[in-house]
Amino acid sequence: MTENEHSVGDGLRSVPHTDSLVGDGAQSVPHTGSAPTLRLRGVGRRFGGLLAVRDVDLDVAQGERRAVLGPNGAGKTTLFNLICGDMPVSSGTIELYGEDVTRSPARTRVKLGLARTYQQSRHLLGLTVEDSIYLSIVGVEGGRMRPVILGRDSERRERAREAANRVAIEHKLHERVGDLSHGEHRQVAIAMALAAKPRMLMLDEPASGLSRGERVLLTELLLGLDPAITLILIEHDMDIALRVAQSVTMMHDGRVIVEGTPDEIRANQTVHDLYLGRHE
Amino acid sequence: MSEAAPASSAPAETKVLLEIEGLDAFYGKAQVLDDVNFRMGHGSVAIVGRNGMGKTTLCNAIMGITPPTATGSIRFAGEELVGGHSYRIARRGIGYVPQGRRLFPSLSVDEHLKIASRGAAEADGEAWTRGRVYELFPRLAERKRNGGAQLSGGEQQMLAIGRALVTNPRLLVMDEPSEGLAPAIIENMVETFQQLERDGLAILLIEQNLGVATALAERQLIMVAGTIAAETTANALSSDPELQRRYLGVEPLAH
Repeated sequence: MTENEHSVGDGLRSVPHTDSLVGDGAQSVPHTGSAPTLRLRGVGRRFGGLLAVRDVDLDVAQGERRAVLGPNGAGKTTLFNLICGDMPVSSGTIELYGEDVTRSPARTRVKLGLARTYQQSRHLLGLTVEDSIYLSIVGVEGGRMRPVILGRDSERRERAREAANRVAIEHKLHERVGDLSHGEHRQVAIAMALAAKPRMLMLDEPASGLSRGERVLLTELLLGLDPAITLILIEHDMDIALRVAQSVTMMHDGRVIVEGTPDEIRANQTVHDLYLGRHE
Repeated sequence: MSEAAPASSAPAETKVLLEIEGLDAFYGKAQVLDDVNFRMGHGSVAIVGRNGMGKTTLCNAIMGITPPTATGSIRFAGEELVGGHSYRIARRGIGYVPQGRRLFPSLSVDEHLKIASRGAAEADGEAWTRGRVYELFPRLAERKRNGGAQLSGGEQQMLAIGRALVTNPRLLVMDEPSEGLAPAIIENMVETFQQLERDGLAILLIEQNLGVATALAERQLIMVAGTIAAETTANALSSDPELQRRYLGVEPLAH
């Protein structure tokens, strides 16, 4: 992966910092420099009579740290599912790295460098922690399972162990994933996403299920992430979300209703009324 | 939030509701709980600790869910629970909010609450009804006819809590109730549980969100490697970074 030419600050300019934050946040803004790594236009998703996501425009620049916030049921996870290709859109288009992926299956998007985690971790319970992480690397890079013995394989094993280390699960490398606790499953899921060396990392509530200390570690990990990696984060722990994010997209009833910097979000009355409550 | 913490656990000491002695628990040959001992009255108790320490296993053992295989003693209002069936334990007045929500994908919100309230215990105070649950979580009222599989993660969590409440429990065992909930909802939930506790509901809380754990329970039991390693207070835990580091912290090897 090449070093991102644009500083993190450049990426931020793509976010509309309008004075009237409410209502027009989702409008597209002309881009300076390279095209956004992710561009959504008019994206919607219907479940029967329920419009879970409606008319979402979203631009995320390379290397940007973007948080997606919103009340429960706002459509955040559905939006993730649409971006990743886990479910098809009902309307609109999705571009990833300049390519229209609206109709592409999830695996195509993974090959383009997208990795995500889920709220409820999905694991092969019979595998060990190390094998799970290793397989997530092979899945992205190797294409097919085969006995690979030489240097490349041990390099991948090493990367798997290193990823386990970064999420503090290295003491359980050789345990079956099925024997781990819920919180540990989440740690493994983050390690699997990281080990695949994604260009774009999408984390769905990564801090939930983690203890105080594990959250501190997660925050450090996210703050120390390679600046070239684009991060999109759904997170209800504001100590993490507003510290890690450079820009915030706030959703409500399937729509993007506010975009802004963490400071602008903290100061926004609508966000407090709908989402933060009295949280400082 | 901590100002509103339960005023005192003094009256609770006089009447033991849950008493656990020498509790061990195993998954096959793997021992996860090792000699757990504590008792609680009507004041809330929080159990905190790192991942993988046995907190969820303790909840499952109390509720009679197998595995694990539990040995030792768990007495609720004087009656032994170890070896008993889950449904009987629930009917004695223990409500359970399990981790991961465990809903029925094909049942609607309303149906979940109807079914759960069928075996409801007699309420000491104001009985829990579906209407009261919808007052607590207005979002659930909006999703009344939606199936479990159509709910967002946070909505599922609200339903799991509501489902436990309509059984009119005397003791509510909650395994990370704040997981996946938006900040304003958590705030609302904490206030509700503080009120319920004042009304006499006992709460045994597993919680990773330290703000929630310390706001809801004065007594904080710290679990390390399958046993209760220490007991402290909400104030002591929230104001002592060293204590947090020692028991809830992570020592990364790569530094």
